[in-house]
Amino acid sequence: MDQIIREKIREVKKGDQAAFSDVVEFYQHKIYQHCYRMLGNAHEAEDMAQEAFIRAYINIDSFDDGRKFSTWLYRIATNLTIDRIRKRKPDYFLDAEIKGTEGLDMYSQLASTDISPSDKVEGIELQRYIHQEISELPPKYRSIIILRYIEEFSLQEISEILDIPLGTVKTRIHRGREALRKRLRHV
Amino acid sequence: MNAHSESIALMHKYLDGDLNKTEEQQLQGHLEGCEDCQAHLRELRRTIALLQSTEHIEAPVNFADKVMNHLPKEKKRMKYKRWFKTHPILVAAAVFFIFMLGGMFTDWNQDSNLQLVVSKQENLIIKGDTVIVPKDVVVDGDLLVKNGNLIIKGVVDGNVTIVNGELLESNSLDGEGLMASVGEINGELKTVNRMFDWLWYQIKSFFSGVFSTD
Ligand SMILES: [Zn+2]
Repeated sequence: MDQIIREKIREVKKGDQAAFSDVVEFYQHKIYQHCYRMLGNAHEAEDMAQEAFIRAYINIDSFDDGRKFSTWLYRIATNLTIDRIRKRKPDYFLDAEIKGTEGLDMYSQLASTDISPSDKVEGIELQRYIHQEISELPPKYRSIIILRYIEEFSLQEISEILDIPLGTVKTRIHRGREALRKRLRHV
Repeated sequence: MNAHSESIALMHKYLDGDLNKTEEQQLQGHLEGCEDCQAHLRELRRTIALLQSTEHIEAPVNFADKVMNHLPKEKKRMKYKRWFKTHPILVAAAVFFIFMLGGMFTDWNQDSNLQLVVSKQENLIIKGDTVIVPKDVVVDGDLLVKNGNLIIKGVVDGNVTIVNGELLESNSLDGEGLMASVGEINGELKTVNRMFDWLWYQIKSFFSGVFSTD
């Protein structure tokens, strides 16, 4: 697959826009999921995932063929989502969900944070609970936890995606795991 | 650092696959006698298992199409190129016609050195290398301009082809700002500036001349 993607990127660089649609097809679910987990809601996830592909296309000439395309694409997506989180108005979350985008509405969201430790959460509820807890981690831990355990990148790959030293990735993943352990220990 | 926090640090190294032999023994030794740390490691593992159990999320149905529709337009030249790539028979035909018509190359070269050429002149204003279709003037039929620019303030009732020049907005000369009235072309506009485009234009005209499919 890597070889096919590499070939497609070369065609895109030559100016063949249609070749890019194969690249989008191939990565769309991964990048969308990444944005969804980072942002916590479907509406912003779609916007940012779209933006990530558009930026990749516009800046394709600055992509170094010797590197992995997925690493580059994930970096664009991660930076966009972190940027979006920073620019968020404090009440964005509630607003966005009230508008009825997919996911949790305001009430169930509030409810899910109120789940008492002894409550047994299963199935869909459990999925929602985990999702909620991930999206409440500080973004710098969140990105690493998502990349490591949901998207299954190695720590070395994460260091390349986020362009931070391996040591920093390790420190952050320890803290992220500890933070989640406290929140999920009773589930 | 007390024994517990030291063992917790080792657990994380263990989870990242970074433990050496000595550290492994150290961690194991501590865990054997410490239930708190056993629970801690269990919780960490459970946390990871929960994260890994999250369902896969898919992009919305038309996601890829939406992305493609939002991309900036690709360069025209590439469209032609791709078209040629996917129509190899036509490429063969094109090569054939290049030999057949041979003169096209010389046509081009001569044209480049030639002065402004306009297919019809009545009612048009020519300023230097710019042809102007004044307001209230309606050009009846196709208009071809070679080696010059074109400004349309009036109407062209047909196709407009500009070879080795471009269509200028009328405001770029009279400085009326962006709202300046722009004329109308009731046909197709083609701007042919490069050799490749020129060939393409020739081939297309040839085809439409022979088969009148356009
Ligand atoms: Zn202990």
